Amino acid sequence: MSFRTSKQNGVVVVDVDGQLIVGNRQELKQKVLDELEGGERKFLIDFTNTGYIDSSGLGVLVSLSKKIREQSGELRLANLNEDLRTLFELTKLDTLFNIADSRDAALSAF
Amino acid sequence: MEHHQSGATHRQGRDGTQFALELPSDLRLIDGAIGYLATRLRDYGYEGSRLTLNFRVGVSEALANAMIYGNGRDPAKKVRVEVDLRLEHVTVVVHDQGNGFDPGSIPDPTLPENLEEPGGRGIFLIRELMDEVDFAGCGNCVRLVLYRHEPLSRAS
Repeated sequence: MSFRTSKQNGVVVVDVDGQLIVGNRQELKQKVLDELEGGERKFLIDFTNTGYIDSSGLGVLVSLSKKIREQSGELRLANLNEDLRTLFELTKLDTLFNIADSRDAALSAF
Repeated sequence: MEHHQSGATHRQGRDGTQFALELPSDLRLIDGAIGYLATRLRDYGYEGSRLTLNFRVGVSEALANAMIYGNGRDPAKKVRVEVDLRLEHVTVVVHDQGNGFDPGSIPDPTLPENLEEPGGRGIFLIRELMDEVDFAGCGNCVRLVLYRHEPLSRAS
């Protein structure tokens, strides 16, 4: 499980490899908050290589989204597989997040 | 609660298998435990989102709750997972060493006023993803049942 960050067109892109769950959520949170403190305002989390997300992982995304918005920034999500889509729909978090079908679509919408 | 050696115990028959795991309350162990359980279910024909979403997320929530709220993250306290795996359904009972809690007191996380709350989705997800959930039947434990195929009454 790991989180890889890169920068594309002024957007911080985080790839979630493996799970985003209670055991590793703090690592993602810290990475994004460090970038936010460093002045970055546009964030994209890409779930192409993600297995599953639990309620703690969802909680971290909600909390990051709020903190980024408070700094006049924006968080987008991309490449949710069918299971992850279902999870976001069940929790109604699909109404809270801006979710794109692909990384390119998300990047071009910033 | 009884104390057992860490690791797995097994009893396997033609139509099913029963085994148990015992884990210290260390959240980093959840992913490995879920991976192991999913492999065992795959051997019995469980597949698709019933396995990758319903089972993995539902049971992982139960393990996290047991470690965090049941055992207060005390690594000396164990979580025991009893599995009765059959061709048509799997029953997982997760025991902790805590004092139990009232699952009825948790607000609906999908209400607009709760949508931006960072927590409070674990029990909701367990109830949504598993076919049977019983918090009351066994004290400081939760009993979860998942059918291999989605029951017709819940199919959409």
